[in-house]
Amino acid sequence: MTDTVKQNVEAHVEARGFSVYYGSQEAVKKVDLAIPSCQVTAIIGPSGCGKSTFLRAINRMNDLITGCHTQGELFFDGQNVYSGDVDTAVVRRRIGMVFQKPNPFPKSIYDNVAYGPRLHGSYSRRQLDAIVEESLVDAALWDEVKDRLEKNALGLSGGQAQRLCLARALAVKPEMLLMDEPTSALDPKATARIEELIVQLRGRYTIAIVTHNMQQAARVSDMTAFFYEGNLVEFDATKDLFTRPREKRTEDYITGRFG
Amino acid sequence: MHMRTRRFLDRAFTSAACLAVGLMVLFLLFVLGPIFVKGAGAYVFMGTVEHRRMMLDQFDRGNEERVTAEWLDVQQARRPVYEALSAFEKELPGLPAARRKELKPAFKAVREGVAELLGPEPGEPLPALTRKMYGQTRWTKAQEKLKEIRFEESWDYSAGAGRKVLTSRQPLFDGTALAPLFPLLERDARKLLRPRLTFYPRFLTDVSIDAHFFGGIGPEVLGTMYLALGAMLIAVPLGIIAAIYFQEYAKEGPVMTFLRSCVNTLAGVPSIVFGLFGLAFFINTMHVSSGKSVLAGALTLALLVLPTVIRSSEEAIAAVPRAYKEGAMALGAGPWRTILTVILPAALPGILTGIVISMGRAAGETAPIIFTAAVSVGKMIGPTEIASQPTPALSWNLYNLCTEHEAVNEIRHVQFGMAATLVVIVLALNLVAILIRARVARRLKG
Ligand SMILES: Nc1ncnc2c1ncn2[C@@H]1O[C@H](COP(=O)(O)OP(=O)(O)O)[C@@H](O)[C@H]1O
Ligand SMILES: [Mg+2]
Repeated sequence: MTDTVKQNVEAHVEARGFSVYYGSQEAVKKVDLAIPSCQVTAIIGPSGCGKSTFLRAINRMNDLITGCHTQGELFFDGQNVYSGDVDTAVVRRRIGMVFQKPNPFPKSIYDNVAYGPRLHGSYSRRQLDAIVEESLVDAALWDEVKDRLEKNALGLSGGQAQRLCLARALAVKPEMLLMDEPTSALDPKATARIEELIVQLRGRYTIAIVTHNMQQAARVSDMTAFFYEGNLVEFDATKDLFTRPREKRTEDYITGRFG
Repeated sequence: MHMRTRRFLDRAFTSAACLAVGLMVLFLLFVLGPIFVKGAGAYVFMGTVEHRRMMLDQFDRGNEERVTAEWLDVQQARRPVYEALSAFEKELPGLPAARRKELKPAFKAVREGVAELLGPEPGEPLPALTRKMYGQTRWTKAQEKLKEIRFEESWDYSAGAGRKVLTSRQPLFDGTALAPLFPLLERDARKLLRPRLTFYPRFLTDVSIDAHFFGGIGPEVLGTMYLALGAMLIAVPLGIIAAIYFQEYAKEGPVMTFLRSCVNTLAGVPSIVFGLFGLAFFINTMHVSSGKSVLAGALTLALLVLPTVIRSSEEAIAAVPRAYKEGAMALGAGPWRTILTVILPAALPGILTGIVISMGRAAGETAPIIFTAAVSVGKMIGPTEIASQPTPALSWNLYNLCTEHEAVNEIRHVQFGMAATLVVIVLALNLVAILIRARVARRLKG
């Protein structure tokens, strides 16, 4: 099956003629897209153009939606995540996700971060402590919460909660992170911190971030994909796409003519 | 709409709401109030020396020396009563026939009344029934008996509706040897019975003696506990699993609609039907026990509360934010892990509330256990006898004591005591539900 083997070693995720349907509605239309390893790829486009749908297709979160099905191929690390023998749990462990609205569990801060590791392995308390600390440090939250790890996570502010969700995702040591408008529910200061974090995590994880905010895409990403009505219109290095868009629709969008 | 009409409607609505709330408060005051006050009388009352003797004999409780000493004193005080009785008995045959005919039935009533008030006369053989071995153990009851001795009760129908007429017996016996008895009873009643404030908390746990004439309601309380806990033990796992299935697994469709309407129908079935079904199915068909048993009753009650448990658990699960589920799934948790580690803990307050309220319902239901579990008089049963033995239980035995007991009037305090205890148990369970809800909700909020 040479066909299902990844051709481009650099691409961590590669969609080939990949479509996603909600029932009969085609929300993502025959997209060909290669997300490079260890870089930040931004996905932009007007609301309803299928950004979230595409992102959630990568770790198969759309499986939860009845009537949602796909066509074409989507490779992660050389394997088609939609081939029959794929274990979704393994795919989701390797691809972490941060949602639009911070969604910490109603548990302690510690238990939130330890949730993933506990799920996938048995660790001693010491090992867990180490993982929790490391993840919280990576999410730049450690200093703020190290004295109240046993407190309920629902007591955190929005920005803190989002960083906790990031720490929770990092704790299972994923290879890739998906972020669906991770800052749209946050104030500017909290947004800036998350953006800083993304820049820090760049190089260690492959990151795909959906954003409404073009400045944000310009600030944090290496590559940018512009979606429009389910189609991938343009995919290019961020600086090129924002300065010299090849497509008219891209230009219209980034100059604010619609969206 | 006109401003005037709107204001009128507004006022009408407000007064209707006030009326409803007012009715509730009145209900609480006039129904629950007396139940609590009278029910408390089973635990705290003016107990006579007869009560103390009975407790010593039957339960081996109390200070033996003190009770014996008190008993000797009381016997001393009662001597004139018995002297008057025996003197009159001797006098009776010598009286003129007409007078004799008039006095004999009255004397009989007085003498029987005294035996009820003070217990068997000295020197008489001990009666077979425990209830006849002692005089009145409760002062309020003793006062009623005193009145029955001193006054003859008759009904006057001359005014159409019947009217109770009390005629003093004293004038009848004027000039006889029995005459001193009446002022004696009136004046010295306290010396004859020695009423004293008595606390009897073990009413809750004591067995009853001689069909609830004495003792407590322990077997009933225990039976209620067994039935309610047993029902929950069966209904809770089933109910939660069903709720999870409905909420997380089932695909909407005709089968689901059918199942849902089954649950809703089950919730509306009258409880007596559950009782008959329990008898027909669990006992006669499934033979879970050879006759009535705690197990059969618990199964029937479980069926009765199952719809409530399912629906409240479903609501609680549905109220868990989808984002929690997505968060867990995105970390690689399978459906079951997600349910066990995220959804159920978050739904716990709602589920627990449903459970505790259902338990209150199971504790209070009467009809389902009539044919499946309840007996009028029973002993405390041990955990090993659950599948083989029936049990008394507060709800059904309260009904039984108020309607089918051979001396309904003599044991009012037990009936009220049971009613109050049952109400307190159910209210306490509801209170627990509220507290759990508040506590867990606070914990979840952080
Ligand atoms: N759960 C769903 N069921 C049906 N249609 C959906 C669902 N989620 C999204 N869609 C549709 O798919 C299209 C793309 O949605 P989405 O991926 O959420 O867009 P974006 O994230 O770019 O705003 C929209 O037309 C939307 O209405
Ligand atoms: Mg979206």
